[in-house]
Amino acid sequence: MSHTGTFSPRPGAAPLGRMVLSQARMETRLLLRNGEQLLLAVVVPLIVLVVGTEAATHVDLDLAHSPVDTLTPGVLALAVMSTSFTSLAIATGFERRYGVLKRLGSSPLPRAGLLAGKVGSLLVVEVVQAVVVCVAALVLGWSPTLSPVGLVGALACALLGTAAFASLGLFVAGALRAEATLAVANLVYLLLLAGGAVVIPATSYGGAGPLLAALPSGALGAGMRAAFLDGSLPVVPLVVLAAWAAVGTILTVRTFRWE
Amino acid sequence: MAYGDKVAVDGLSLTVARGSVTAVLGPNGAGKTTTLETCEGYRRPQAGRVRVLGLDPQAQRRELLPRIGVMLQSGGAWSGVRAVEMLQHVASLHAHPLPVPLLVERLGLGSCGRTPYRRLSGGQQQRLALAMAVVGRPELVFVDEPTAGLDPQARRTTWELLDELRGDGVTIVLTTHYMDEAERLADQVHVIDRGRLIASGSPLELTRGSTGTSTIRLVVTEPFPPSAPGSLQATLGEGTLVQALGAQSLLITGPADATTLAKVSTWCDDQGVLPESLSLGQRTLEDVFLQLTGRELVG
Repeated sequence: MSHTGTFSPRPGAAPLGRMVLSQARMETRLLLRNGEQLLLAVVVPLIVLVVGTEAATHVDLDLAHSPVDTLTPGVLALAVMSTSFTSLAIATGFERRYGVLKRLGSSPLPRAGLLAGKVGSLLVVEVVQAVVVCVAALVLGWSPTLSPVGLVGALACALLGTAAFASLGLFVAGALRAEATLAVANLVYLLLLAGGAVVIPATSYGGAGPLLAALPSGALGAGMRAAFLDGSLPVVPLVVLAAWAAVGTILTVRTFRWE
Repeated sequence: MAYGDKVAVDGLSLTVARGSVTAVLGPNGAGKTTTLETCEGYRRPQAGRVRVLGLDPQAQRRELLPRIGVMLQSGGAWSGVRAVEMLQHVASLHAHPLPVPLLVERLGLGSCGRTPYRRLSGGQQQRLALAMAVVGRPELVFVDEPTAGLDPQARRTTWELLDELRGDGVTIVLTTHYMDEAERLADQVHVIDRGRLIASGSPLELTRGSTGTSTIRLVVTEPFPPSAPGSLQATLGEGTLVQALGAQSLLITGPADATTLAKVSTWCDDQGVLPESLSLGQRTLEDVFLQLTGRELVG
């Protein structure tokens, strides 16, 4: 067995950190390469921000703050939702369909590492989205209330919101076929965009307000608004998001099929 | 001194020796992929025991996976990922991967390196899948139908790579429904049909069968009546086996001596059929399979 050739066995897993980083990089690259995903991630939030701000100056919405100040935190929430729910669900649905999850399932990358890689790529895309949205909003005259507590609150909302939506997105992707996942993920996104109290405060929806505030979309929107409008720590929305993250994780763990 | 990797699936019991090439041969639907996927830890056996490199593929999955390479029959890559990018990614999950350019060159993937996976030809996808299976320098690779649908050139390329892996001490378990592939590559062949093991041995042992047994293939110019195999069997008697290989061809297994040949030509004369060819030969694995199951392997 002293013979060593080109292919002589020398097996071993790469260090976990390296594997996760590699996976995150790969997923980010693929996400940014995909035109539809980019549309969803950047173009739609920008349109909502620009058109919404423009429209709100013409229609009296009885907002306590300027339109751009009210809308921008919600658009940030929308950006988180589009990436961590819709993009993730669609991408994962097709990974199942094309056997990518199966293939990676026999690689040294453990499942937890795969999930960590996915989360890493979501966070990278979200940072890109946040930069684009914030720059556009500042151009439109956004003047957020910046306080350390508020910034911590916004960050916590983004992270817990990502956890909640990502777990729900994985639940959909793990339970349905790829085409059905594509349809459901886009439909839910559109419904929540229009009626989920993400961009417009739940109080603007009349009697449905309290119900909408309990949705992950409403909680994420409210949390971002509290953070950037009042500079306060949005405790209730954070609790709601944590609860949804727990529900989504339990559902996903129980039902997810890798093939 | 064969030790190693005990494999058992539903009444199927087989052992693979380290450093060898084992072919699991059988028609479509025989249970080849299921057998492999049980070894790879994808499926939990309902009964029996599976050990791969001494490990339980389910309970000790994390320990086992870095040591094996898996080539799936299809899929396994993102549709938008470029061929080399995908290989690079799988390589990055291993501690001591092979140089990616080496594999790209050896498997002729250079020309399509920047092509998205969904636009690769079937053969290119298969070679990429093989590259992904071996890039981590595994001790043991499972390859599922490595050359199904490949053109002859790509087939040879794949075979040469597998030969070289074996030469460097990698254990290979492959499934195939191609006889020539099993005969060309394998040290040990396990023929399975409908989830059961029906024969095991080296290609030579399997084809040699009992001493003095060989084959005669008779091809005639016109299709013969359905009664022909039975009537020839009656003419030749005990010790030989006659099977139809199609409408114009019969396979006779037994002592291919002058007496038998004389009987065959007399029978042709009696039946009024004109032999187009009468060839003697060693049994092939194809013949073995046909004899064991009464069915053709491919078709």
